[in-house]
Amino acid sequence: MAAFFLSFSAHALDRSAVEKLAFGDGDEKIEAIGALVAEGDPKAAELLKGFAEGELQTSGKQIFFVRGGKAVDVFSGKPVPLPAEREDVVANNRLRGAVASALGAFKLNSQDRNERLAAAQALSDAGAAMLPLIRKALEREADPEIRGLLDMTAAGMELKDGSKEARIAAIRKLAGSANPGTKTLLLEAASDPDEDIRREAQQSLRAVDGRLALGEWLGLAFAGVSLGSILLLAALGLAITYGLMGVINMAHGELIMIGAYATYVVQNLFRGSPVFDLYLVAAVPISFLAAALVGIALERSVIRWLYGRPLETLLATWGISLVLIQAVRTLFGAQNVQVENPAFMSGGIQVLSNVVLPWNRIVIIAFAVSILIATWMLLAKTRLGLYIRGVTQNRAMAECVGVPTSRVDTWAFGLGSGIAGLAGCALTQIGNVGPELGQGYIVDSFLVVVFGGVGQLAGTVYAALMLGFANKLLESWSGAVLAKIAVLVFIIFFIQRRPQGLFALRGRAVET
Amino acid sequence: MTPKMVTVTNFSRLYGPRGWAILGTCAVVAFVVIPIFNLAVPASSPFHVSAFWVTLIGKIMCFAIVALALDLVWGYAGILSLGHGLFFALGGYGMGMYLMRQIGRQGQYQSDLPDFMVFLDWKTFPWQWWNTDQFWWAILLATAIPGLLAFVFGYFAFRSRVKGVYFSIITQALTFAAMLLFFRNNTGFGGNNGFTDFKTILGFNITSPETRMSLFCITAFFLVATLLLGRWIVTSKFGRVLTAIRDAEPRVMFCGYNTVHYKLAIFTFSAVLCGIAGALYVPQVGIINPSEMSPANSIEIAIWVAVGGRGTLAGAILGAGLVNGAKSFFTVAFPEYWLFALGAIFIAVTLFMPRGVLGLLARR
Repeated sequence: MAAFFLSFSAHALDRSAVEKLAFGDGDEKIEAIGALVAEGDPKAAELLKGFAEGELQTSGKQIFFVRGGKAVDVFSGKPVPLPAEREDVVANNRLRGAVASALGAFKLNSQDRNERLAAAQALSDAGAAMLPLIRKALEREADPEIRGLLDMTAAGMELKDGSKEARIAAIRKLAGSANPGTKTLLLEAASDPDEDIRREAQQSLRAVDGRLALGEWLGLAFAGVSLGSILLLAALGLAITYGLMGVINMAHGELIMIGAYATYVVQNLFRGSPVFDLYLVAAVPISFLAAALVGIALERSVIRWLYGRPLETLLATWGISLVLIQAVRTLFGAQNVQVENPAFMSGGIQVLSNVVLPWNRIVIIAFAVSILIATWMLLAKTRLGLYIRGVTQNRAMAECVGVPTSRVDTWAFGLGSGIAGLAGCALTQIGNVGPELGQGYIVDSFLVVVFGGVGQLAGTVYAALMLGFANKLLESWSGAVLAKIAVLVFIIFFIQRRPQGLFALRGRAVET
Repeated sequence: MTPKMVTVTNFSRLYGPRGWAILGTCAVVAFVVIPIFNLAVPASSPFHVSAFWVTLIGKIMCFAIVALALDLVWGYAGILSLGHGLFFALGGYGMGMYLMRQIGRQGQYQSDLPDFMVFLDWKTFPWQWWNTDQFWWAILLATAIPGLLAFVFGYFAFRSRVKGVYFSIITQALTFAAMLLFFRNNTGFGGNNGFTDFKTILGFNITSPETRMSLFCITAFFLVATLLLGRWIVTSKFGRVLTAIRDAEPRVMFCGYNTVHYKLAIFTFSAVLCGIAGALYVPQVGIINPSEMSPANSIEIAIWVAVGGRGTLAGAILGAGLVNGAKSFFTVAFPEYWLFALGAIFIAVTLFMPRGVLGLLARR
């Protein structure tokens, strides 16, 4: 009966392949999957899907799906009576993996370029069974990027099993790749018993290594700049409150945390609205204001009574930080809260095959730079900035010429706190938001400010970038924790050699 | 800008007849009353002091030793160290290594190696563990390592005149770095989990009431000894120079004293005291892990001293008792409000009670 229907259907399944899939052993099944995929028939896709989900059963020579207690013949697609004695066609994990990549590979036939590209990328580590399919797709494919990808994948597969000539051709082709995966393939080939293949593989390996190394350095540099920008954001507010005003604010990290939670609240207000992605834009001023208001309240109520007593300030602000952490825990719960990335910040720019620059990092770097410029303008060009600098340099004289020093203190502290809030807003895009968010940054930001030299912004910028680079560079050698320890120990020794930091303010101020 | 330190002159005489009477009473309570009410009075009696209280008071006495140590450097020499939690934890780890070796083959895996090493598939003890099955070596480690670290670190810091808040920040960074280091499994000290599940100490069962009480009494002895030694130091000429350094370091230097030596000596001594306290703490609470090194703990030590009253020695003990007593009470009764309370203590003490509780009492 099945044969009867077969003759009528325009797209027919390859009978021998289906039988191999149903009755063959593991390797035969894999082969069958490859053959079915190569046909590019939507029916084959349905068959494979049914196979992976365990719907495929057999009875004697008959092969059919069982769905909701009813049997459907594989070839005809028509319902058939459910046989009493049937056997499952068992799919193990290896087969399921093969089916998954096969189903992905079907997308190579898609009309949509992006879908084809995604399918080609997904195929890059598939098994050799996909080779016929890839060859077929290469015949049709016009897009150079997808062609390149498929070429590489096919070469990788040919390298694994093929004639000597085919393997050498494949090795030469692979030399043009910059995929970390091809490196392992070539390394394998480089220890091949055949000398010609060994020589070719080593040559190709050098080419690939060179290309990969460039990408690695680029990635490292970007990671360094990215970490530097985050350190800069976290430390910039402190450069004002500690660097300019001399207030040891241990609650600085908690002001960052408040900025992050303000962003979270704004996000929730925007949830469900059509312009959800714009919540981040709205969150920027709100996180600034939230942290600045808390900062101003702190300055007015606690910190102003402690000017000139740094150790007491340290203890009192630590107390404030504990209260703030617990307050946030009470309000929002002790668990981390979820802040989603807006769509325009997900994804990244592919610079090289092994380097992707994520958009959220790029946006944060730009954000840090713009905040830095804004802060510098504010300090250098506005009346408030003039007052702040005046009070920093000579409080008594500033007061004599009519600067309202105590109000300037409040404003300056509010400014520093607000910048911390902005840092918090940025951090929501790359990390967890929880009550302890700030604790992780307090030691780092103090070290950045102290390392850079107290009393000016330029030092903070250099210090943040240098520490960011140093951290990432060491990380690639020794792992994250050891890198962090090494940087901390370095700064500890550095401060002992140069207690004034990298860029000391030259002046007549006698240390007191 | 020089920070004005208010010295409580009466207390620098340490102490009048009343002070000695109070100290004597406390010693009698610790050495006689509590042991009798814990061991001799049956558990059914309302006068029985339970194991919970013995452990709690023992723990607080360890903290009091740390507070005394910090008071010596902060209250008398004006150096606010935020690394005392590190010295304390190092002492604890020294003792912890010995206790881990004492477990022997009684661990879960019945191996000579501690369980966490079996778990990491290590075959032999790493070099840090050399000789740690000897009690005397563990004690040496627990005191010498913090002392050595403080000496080396202090030498560089004081020589380059790192002082005030800078010193606080870099000691905090040091503590933070050490905590990260101890969190690693490869460092060889059990990573996150640290050491726990101790069985015996010097052959005695570590959970038996008699062992607990002995540890309690040893701790009380060390606390009294530290107090008396501290009193001797601060009333000696050495202590007077320290006080002078705190109030006007340049002037002391111009008088011909090398202030580095004085500061280094008291800082190292203080670290050794912390190591001893840590070594006494671990067998009593039965666990040591890297969270003891968190920067928050070190700052809390400073607030114990501030609550009691800086530069009084007795105040440090009082402060450690008050804050930790409050902590034990809050974390049981209202766990969610403890951080509010602790934060409020920090703020209130610095704003309204710069001389601490003893300062309030002395003003009467």
